[in-house]
Amino acid sequence: MALPRSFGLGALLVVLAVLPAILPNDFYLDVAIRMAINAVVVIGLNLLIGYTGQISLGHAGFLGIGAYASAILTANYGWPSAAAMLAGAIGSGGLALLVARPILRLKGHYLAMATLGLGIIISIVLVNEVALTGGPDGMSVPNFSLFGFEIASEQAWYWVVAVLLLGTTWLALNLIDSPAGRALQAIHGSEIAARVAGIDTTAAKVRIFVLSAVLTSIMGSVTAHYLAFVTPTLSDFFHSIALVTMVVIGGMASIYGSLLGAVLLTALPQVLAGLEGGETVVFGLILIVTMIFLPRGLVPSLALRRLALRRRRA
Amino acid sequence: MSITRRNSLGAALAAGFAVAMAGPAAAQGPVRIGAVLSVTGPASFLGDPELKTLQLYIDQVNAQGGLLGRKLVLVHYDDGGEAGKANGFTKRLLDNDHVDVIIGGSTTGSTMAMIPLVDRAQVPFISLAGGVEIVEPVKKWVFKTPYTDRMAAERVFADMKQRGLTKVALLSETSGFGISGRKQSKLVAAKYGITLVADETYGPKDTDVTAQLTKIKSNPAVQALFVFGFGQGPALVTKNYAQLGMKMPLYQSHGVASEGFIKLAGAAAEGVRLPSAPLLIADKLPAGDPQKKVVEDYVTAYTTKYHEPVSGFGGDTYTAFEIWVDAVKRAGSFDKAKVRDAIEQTKGFVGISGIVNMSPTDHMGLDVSAARLLEIHNGTWTLVK
Amino acid sequence: MSEFVQFMFSGVTSGAIYALAALGFALIYNASNVINFAQGEFIMLGGMAAAFFNAHGVPLMLAVPLAIAVTAIAGLLVEKLAIEPAKNADVTTLIIITIGVSLVMRGLVQIFLGKNTRPLPSFSGDAPFSALGATILPQSLWILATTLATVAALAWYFGRTRAGKAMLATSYNRLAAQLVGVNTRAVLLASFGLAAALGALGGVLVAPITGASYDSGIMLGMKGFVAATLGGLGSGMGAVAGGLLLGIVEAMTAGYLSSSYKDALPFVLILLVLFFLPNGLFGAKTTERV
Repeated sequence: MALPRSFGLGALLVVLAVLPAILPNDFYLDVAIRMAINAVVVIGLNLLIGYTGQISLGHAGFLGIGAYASAILTANYGWPSAAAMLAGAIGSGGLALLVARPILRLKGHYLAMATLGLGIIISIVLVNEVALTGGPDGMSVPNFSLFGFEIASEQAWYWVVAVLLLGTTWLALNLIDSPAGRALQAIHGSEIAARVAGIDTTAAKVRIFVLSAVLTSIMGSVTAHYLAFVTPTLSDFFHSIALVTMVVIGGMASIYGSLLGAVLLTALPQVLAGLEGGETVVFGLILIVTMIFLPRGLVPSLALRRLALRRRRA
Repeated sequence: MSITRRNSLGAALAAGFAVAMAGPAAAQGPVRIGAVLSVTGPASFLGDPELKTLQLYIDQVNAQGGLLGRKLVLVHYDDGGEAGKANGFTKRLLDNDHVDVIIGGSTTGSTMAMIPLVDRAQVPFISLAGGVEIVEPVKKWVFKTPYTDRMAAERVFADMKQRGLTKVALLSETSGFGISGRKQSKLVAAKYGITLVADETYGPKDTDVTAQLTKIKSNPAVQALFVFGFGQGPALVTKNYAQLGMKMPLYQSHGVASEGFIKLAGAAAEGVRLPSAPLLIADKLPAGDPQKKVVEDYVTAYTTKYHEPVSGFGGDTYTAFEIWVDAVKRAGSFDKAKVRDAIEQTKGFVGISGIVNMSPTDHMGLDVSAARLLEIHNGTWTLVK
Repeated sequence: MSEFVQFMFSGVTSGAIYALAALGFALIYNASNVINFAQGEFIMLGGMAAAFFNAHGVPLMLAVPLAIAVTAIAGLLVEKLAIEPAKNADVTTLIIITIGVSLVMRGLVQIFLGKNTRPLPSFSGDAPFSALGATILPQSLWILATTLATVAALAWYFGRTRAGKAMLATSYNRLAAQLVGVNTRAVLLASFGLAAALGALGGVLVAPITGASYDSGIMLGMKGFVAATLGGLGSGMGAVAGGLLLGIVEAMTAGYLSSSYKDALPFVLILLVLFFLPNGLFGAKTTERV
């Protein structure tokens, strides 16, 4: 994208600031909050999948770790919400660090299988440990409170996630333009070439895997507090796939693409609700058609077309 | 369904955050019944008959001129079995669709995720899920109609105790239904003097369960087998049980209370006992049974419209909807607080789940006797006396 | 001893089904480098179609081949409509496409054939055979025999026939195969048809034991993917070995240890194998070209 960074961020800031004023009711605000939560996760995931070329089909597992760390530690052990969230992030980051080296050695579909397996194992543990997690029936989560202030209403949550989204976007845009970010993209191009060029490819991949896991875990905690209730479906395979789909539909290696992907695919189930069983079919068709005609995802494909059009004119 | 359709079209436009869509005007328009059901996904065996039942009876009320002179409109969303989605759709029902009552929450997880919202919005909510925690402790706006997993387990254990079977092997499914059943079974076993001497599980889509069954079979202490699962899993267990030539009494949960189970398990199902609402044995209920007419009418109406066998989950939905209709009539208005009070005062209501007696301390109103114990005999259900 | 034999019977019954699912993955992976996340739906469609035909009066002997044919056609359509137009999209894009395909298939079956589990009669009765103090269902023997026959037929096909050799050549090097006159597009198409037929075969074999339902493809597809990866992607023998191994390990764990984490076992197993053997048990070592 040729947009100057400050322009894109500015536009995002304006949209986020104006939205609550024009949304007709709390339901729309709720959808906006879910979009923002997904967008943060998807931006982190895109750093891993789109920029570094390492697929993960198990990221919802980290969402689950964050959510349940918050739920269990605050509800059962009376921890402060922020401490529980931090514990979840450390747990997710630690697990990611532990498995990153053996997993990221794998290529292509073997990597897909391994990450998928990791996510499913986390999900099965959450389902099976009924005494701790409540099993498939889930468990209630207390409100998030910090310095005596409780965050409970949609309005309050909206501003929290809006700030998180802005911060993440700014961070990601800076990261990909930094030397570290360029190293990641070199790995995507060719790992061996990157290594020859003196990049410690393993360390770079591990760092980004851990970063995206931590980001995902934090958003898991946010989701748990926001919904005030959590079930293991948050961490299941289908959710992992949904997140990857947002990355791919929006556009690989495109931060604004991730934003768009998260917004569109969060809205889609709301739009399709009421199709009386046809939702699955229509959703599947949209995935297929988008991928066939815009294989790079919406934002990059459209940007390329615009570029081609401009060249033709010039 | 035309209004639901138009509404979703409206949502389609609005989802792009066009501000155009205005909430429906209140006043004397139709009364809106909200529903969040798991019509697709792993819990679709619950949501599918639930939705069909709601549509059937709402159409029936409208055909008879509506309720208190107003038409009923169903606004329903499918949560696919995800609690997070159930929570979001409930906000949509409350804030955007302005419904007068919410029925549903097919699963306990979905229901629990909906409760804080209906509580805040002060809208009557009748859940269709089995978990005890929905009504214990009592929540002002929350009711439920299915009897709990715990009561199903209690009904089975009571029968075992009567037959002198005290050492029991539990084989439960690793689905939401099975895991919840396992939890409740372990909690209440001791109350009936039952010891669970084996505790095995199987996956809902497993292709063979003989390993677990062999282990149970070779455990000399086991006197009876109790299986807690839904759908094809319990049928597979029953077939494998017959394959291994096992002789100990086999009990299933209310999860298999449908004609489909007998078809799937075939001859192996002979002698299986299970707890169920009286839905499956409508024709065999004694003439004086208070539930006979209600049950028979429901079976006829449902099978005529949908050409498929009834299930207990649809029956619980019938009970939920009719309790609300009854409460509206007694309250003489759709005022949410008045309707809520009327639901709480429901006494001696003959539903399909059982005879319902609500009170300020009991928002389900059923006791263990609501579940009948059936035995499969000659390929059909018989009532165990 | 009789317990061990019973666990083995249990393991190979499930394992043979996983093996058929894994073979489908291997076939398509070989021809196109695509991991077909819709493979499980071919299994589901096979079982559902057979049960549907049978319930509507088609005799079993006819319903089974008919169901396999219908599914094979579905496989060809999937390749023509969803895979071929995507051409050389990358791994992640193709994964999303095949996931889209699986959603469409599952959704359509759910709409047209319903959500109830459908029964299918056993091919030759339900009276179990006894051997070595253990019992096995006649349907399990059908599954085992058919899987063996399929493996033999595939070995013959790839080793002896022109079409099979062309498919094999394409998997080794697509460009080189094209240069020596192999129609790689036809190979790709054929691989989807064949994989779908294999999946359907697995579906009709297992349906008499478990019943068929619109959502039964998810778990079987997943197990097939694990089995194929376990054996080493693209290796036919690896897929069969991976499937059987998975089935047997599951049964032994449920029998001798505990069944409570049985569902997690395949994934723990695959992670351990991949940590030490990044190309699966029988997979070829590939080197990345710069």
